[in-house]
Amino acid sequence: MSPIPNAETHVGSPRSRVDGRAKVTGAARYSGEFTAPDLAHGYVVNSTVAKGRITRLDTAAALAAPGVLEVFTHENRPRTAWFSYNYQDEVGPPGSPFRPLYDDKVVYSGQPIALVVAETFEAARGAASLVRVSYEAEAHETDLKNRMDEAYEPPKKRTGISPPPKPRGDARGAYADAPVKVSGDYWAAYEHHNPMEPHATTVVWEGGGKLLVHDKNQGVLNAQSYIASVFGLGKGDVRVVTPFVGGGFGSGLRPQYQLFLAVMAALELRRSVRVVLTRDQMFTHVYRPNTFQTVRLGANPDGALRSIQQHAIAGTSQFEDHQEVVVNWAGTLYHCDNVELTYKLAKLDTYTPGDMRAPGAPLGLFATESAMDELACATGVDPVEIRLRNYTEKDENENKNFTSKELRACYQVGAERFGWSKRNPEPRSMREGRELIGWGMASGAWEAQMMKTSARATLTADGKLEVACATADIGTGTYTILTQIGADAFGLRMEDVTTKLGDTTLPYSPVQGGSWTAASAGTAVQLACEAVREKLFKHARKASGSPLADVKLDAVSFADGRIEVTADPSRFVRIADAMRAGGVDRLEAEETAKPSMIDQLRYTGYTHSAIFVEVRVDEELGAVRVTRVVDAVAAGKILNPKTARSQVVGGIVWGIGMALEEETMPDHNLGRFMNHNYAEYHVPVNADVQGIEVVFVDEHDTKVSPIGVKGLGEIGIVGTAAAIANAIHHATGKRVRDMPITIDKVLG
Amino acid sequence: MPDHPTGSDTLPLSLTVNGEARQLRVAPWTTLLDLLREDLGLIGTKKGCDHGQCGSCTVLLDGKRANACLVLAVVKEGSNVTTIEGLAGPGGALHPMQAAFVEHDAFQCGYCTPGQICSAVALVEEGRARTPDEIREHMSGNICRCGAYPNIVAAIEQVLAENAR
Ligand code: FES
Ligand code: FES
Repeated sequence: MSPIPNAETHVGSPRSRVDGRAKVTGAARYSGEFTAPDLAHGYVVNSTVAKGRITRLDTAAALAAPGVLEVFTHENRPRTAWFSYNYQDEVGPPGSPFRPLYDDKVVYSGQPIALVVAETFEAARGAASLVRVSYEAEAHETDLKNRMDEAYEPPKKRTGISPPPKPRGDARGAYADAPVKVSGDYWAAYEHHNPMEPHATTVVWEGGGKLLVHDKNQGVLNAQSYIASVFGLGKGDVRVVTPFVGGGFGSGLRPQYQLFLAVMAALELRRSVRVVLTRDQMFTHVYRPNTFQTVRLGANPDGALRSIQQHAIAGTSQFEDHQEVVVNWAGTLYHCDNVELTYKLAKLDTYTPGDMRAPGAPLGLFATESAMDELACATGVDPVEIRLRNYTEKDENENKNFTSKELRACYQVGAERFGWSKRNPEPRSMREGRELIGWGMASGAWEAQMMKTSARATLTADGKLEVACATADIGTGTYTILTQIGADAFGLRMEDVTTKLGDTTLPYSPVQGGSWTAASAGTAVQLACEAVREKLFKHARKASGSPLADVKLDAVSFADGRIEVTADPSRFVRIADAMRAGGVDRLEAEETAKPSMIDQLRYTGYTHSAIFVEVRVDEELGAVRVTRVVDAVAAGKILNPKTARSQVVGGIVWGIGMALEEETMPDHNLGRFMNHNYAEYHVPVNADVQGIEVVFVDEHDTKVSPIGVKGLGEIGIVGTAAAIANAIHHATGKRVRDMPITIDKVLG
Repeated sequence: MPDHPTGSDTLPLSLTVNGEARQLRVAPWTTLLDLLREDLGLIGTKKGCDHGQCGSCTVLLDGKRANACLVLAVVKEGSNVTTIEGLAGPGGALHPMQAAFVEHDAFQCGYCTPGQICSAVALVEEGRARTPDEIREHMSGNICRCGAYPNIVAAIEQVLAENAR
């Protein structure tokens, strides 16, 4: 791909979000906020047992309540697709997807079992409380501890998720012989995504069998094919439009049940319907799985690794094998000849867990990087130094080179900014008043991926550009970076570029996730812009007496609404004149970006980070505060340092939540999550977050994606929890291997 | 179980919303939040929890910040409500706090943002936040799941500094 010779005016510079005005004025409309004439409101009723059968569902009182239009249950639900494969989506793991209101079986607590639809939201909510349900409950199991003996390697691999590599060398033998050993068991609690915007769907009944669907998701095309397949509709009859998403973090990757329910009700009532989940109901679908791990490291006295063993068991549902990459990171990050990594699942009577910000990585790295810290303590080698001693220039899991890897620079820059050299390695060596101070660090890695994505660019004679792609902006800044790329391609101001996203009528994109959107959609937009540039240039050369007649494309620049000879800007053709010469008033091109197969075979691409953390621990109360964070990140090219920093800061805040606060607590007797609200499920608030410094380390990468971008959505969270745990150890001398690290564990 | 309301069960209510006097009829259980979002179409005020736990629904109620989800609309007869839609000046000029949020990238998904901004405007008005620590403390009723907190603090600091000049 030929690089655009234009100067990068916007790309690479800090730019404010182009959707900023809409968001600060309240004009941005989210899925539950679209309206339609005669809009009906649905309210979901959820099961109160974890497993069993519904024996009686009495809807009479609800139906009799004023304003109620219908109560949908498994007994009267309209005909939908019979086969579970019709419910499959782009992201789902192997298994048979959950089918709402399918039959009388209850497979998890909180399962939607009825939808009350009424004229107003209040009427639906009131009537929902009148639905009476009797169950025949069966014994359930929601405790991972009780199912670990039956853990199994998933027989069918989930697409896009690398299973652990084959063992190399003799990890057990090398561990037995190693002069220094550390080993430990690690727990990570259930976590729920809790985006601020609850899941919501507004289905606008357009008549003639056509539906306009506004659904909170991270991929409109995924939602569209799900609806079409489940309800037997033509894709032409279902348009999904989601311009704004109030946070996803993975919770919008797969279609959630409110989408099914809203579409079902709209089709049956032939009327527009909105279904919004309550915050409580946000705890009745996807979550991060409860995960148990064991890590054993064997090393020489100088810290050089001789053996790595990491084993994980994660919970999944009875009906699907959700899989993520938990244990592979150690084998990618470090050089070691004897490595054994395993990943197993255990079936529980819960909903299927799903991808939650950097699925797998922060869990695996919490264990790996805590163990590396322990090894540093055991050998007396500095934590940064021990990582450098085990540094690898090759991804030994895959036996491939990296597309680029500036992790060494991350360690160095991060340590310098943090003042790491002043650290006394002795635990409990720093204190101020009643607070113990600890400094800890960890490495981070996340796969840099690129996915097949298309985009369209349309330039009009007035010098305005529109770029369009079906992908989503879930708060990541996609609108802004695509606008920057488009503006630079034609030397325009950002105000002259409009970016359209989140609409099934726009060019193809996979779901937004995995940190691949900037690289993929960014490349697609650049390709589409290049194609338009070529067309425009041809017209410009044809203009009568064109000063560009004998000039080649790579010798011109696009700036100020004109095409000019780079070496002699006085020779130019205006965009409008070029179009006139070609007899057109707009030029359009759609292009598709794909990852390079050759590079993918030869290299693996990762974003890396080195994160340094200071904690203060109240010695008597055990309260932990994260007072300082420096995260040095190598992520290839940074398109917009302003939004990029925000992405990483957000990830770090998530890491703070994971390390110290977030835990959905099941009551195993009831098989149900107890703390299903923001008061009892703690996410970080403003007072929990203090100085965070993000440093982007220079990294030039021509292989990872044509525009050199690696992606930033996940890298902020991956090493954070481990760094905090290590800092707590440094402060207190206590090694906690059970997340979240709450007061009881610090004091206990 | 009492009967559910029909149109005749609604009560009269007069409110000033974003400077405009409104004569309304509301059911007794309608929250100020649902009134704004569902009846008045002012969707800028967000619903994140409906339980007073997240701050997404923060509005200025008689000049003070309030969680609109915790307020039954009928009891606020005669009150003055300012929502995010009412902050910008004539011609759409952004309120200094809105402008500072854009400049400091104090949001990502934007869902908590109207609540954060209303809260921040009131905080400055309250005059009790001078240091970053105080801002953090007094802004902790507004959750941002995207984790834009450091930028939110920076935006508020900027407005405080501008006001001090
Ligand atoms: S919606 Fe009112 S505080 Fe959350
Ligand atoms: S900007 Fe997304 S929740 Fe605050």
